[in-house]
Amino acid sequence: MIRRHFLTIAATAAIIHPAHASQAEIAALIRELAAGRPVAKGRITLEVPELVENGNAVSIVAHVDALPGEVRAIHVFANGNPLPHVLTARFGPRAGRPRIATRFRLATSQTVTAIAEMADATLHSDEVDVLVTLAACIE
Amino acid sequence: MRHALFALLLLLTPLTLAAAPRSGHDDAGLSIQAMQDDDTQNPGMLWVAQGEAMWDANAGTGQRCASCHGAITAMRGVAARYPAWDPTQNRPLSLWQRINHCRTDHQGAEALDVESDAMLSLTAALGHQSRGMPVSIATDGPMAEVIETGRRLHQTRQGQLNLSCAQCHDDLAGHHLAGSRIPQGHGNGYPEYRLEWQTLGSLWRRVRNCLTGVRATPYAADSAEMVAIEAYLAARAQGLNVETPAVRP
Amino acid sequence: MVRALLNVPKRARVGEIIEIRLLISHPMESGQRRGPNGQPYPRDIIHSLRAEFDGELVVELDLYPAIAANPFFAFTMQAEHSGTLSLTWIDDHDTVQTEHAQIEVA
Repeated sequence: MIRRHFLTIAATAAIIHPAHASQAEIAALIRELAAGRPVAKGRITLEVPELVENGNAVSIVAHVDALPGEVRAIHVFANGNPLPHVLTARFGPRAGRPRIATRFRLATSQTVTAIAEMADATLHSDEVDVLVTLAACIE
Repeated sequence: MRHALFALLLLLTPLTLAAAPRSGHDDAGLSIQAMQDDDTQNPGMLWVAQGEAMWDANAGTGQRCASCHGAITAMRGVAARYPAWDPTQNRPLSLWQRINHCRTDHQGAEALDVESDAMLSLTAALGHQSRGMPVSIATDGPMAEVIETGRRLHQTRQGQLNLSCAQCHDDLAGHHLAGSRIPQGHGNGYPEYRLEWQTLGSLWRRVRNCLTGVRATPYAADSAEMVAIEAYLAARAQGLNVETPAVRP
Repeated sequence: MVRALLNVPKRARVGEIIEIRLLISHPMESGQRRGPNGQPYPRDIIHSLRAEFDGELVVELDLYPAIAANPFFAFTMQAEHSGTLSLTWIDDHDTVQTEHAQIEVA
């Protein structure tokens, strides 16, 4: 009885909180962003450590090889997180280099994608495969 | 000649490794090291700033820490000497216990829990004043016996897993457990920001985690065992510098 | 709790690109984490952050639960004249917080 109860909870939990976003979900997000425009590799560089000891705070830098004013926005997605959208940075007239740095969470080993949306409406992307190692002795 | 030197180095290496304490900082990945080394990125600095503000603010019936001690910068070197023997109470005190005696005896303020945000802020701010200074606990006088008690506890098997601290952190340090390198287990960076905790925490919280990990009863924060372990860890970390607030995975 | 640490150069040359660094004290509770009773802790994150210099936009961030606790942000701005940098962020409790820094440009 207790066991069945546990299984019910586990099954419900799986429905409410899928362990990670599906490839289709990421593709849909990027399709919505692209609105028919092609996404070319390059121009944007994503810096994330390839081996991460703890997914709770991973340093990330995304920067575009462009002048101030040439980049409208940078978007970051992580396909192995329950919610794949990480951030969007929109640059204004006082922005300097098109660059954003922060720390983010990675639920598991996965691919992180950054997309630059240029002022001329073209899109550019970069991806990094990150391995999150299994920690021992956690609380 | 070069071969002879190499052979000599090989002979010396195990001895040097056994003798030299290695900070958990050097076992962490480069990105975590950078998070600690750069104050503008180190999340522990939020607590340091808070503790520095508390130092200059009224507590309890109105005495500030600064009323007796002056600017917090005058406390440089103090945290590096803790735990220290308190002759009036005839027992060793950890830094957070010393702060609580200041609060209850001189400031008319309530004692703070070791893991409270306020206590972590004060210990972080005080620890930070000693950053870069060698850990320098007194090893003579009454502290000698406290350290010896701590050393015995460190080497005593406990819990359902029947493991001692030393079995992992002396004998197997540098090896791996799951994906993590086993550190030597020094206390020179506390309170420290653990990415696992997503917050700042005390050495007591980390030791509690070790003890529950081996399925042993954790020491109470204000127990004689906890001060003894902290004192032994400090004696064992001689040669390392204070890193407060350290950042660890 | 000190709510934020803002690091900005106090002085800059005309047209110089300067870096702004911000650490904020915030749990950034993702809404995905479960407590001992199996219920998720309610989501509490900073969902937007805006940096302006004398009213002109520097950068605007849309943030999601993947942003780490006690978040860190770094970005740059180009300074043409002296003025005030203001950073404003809003969390799920609709708490609005602001930090300012004066930058002398010569």
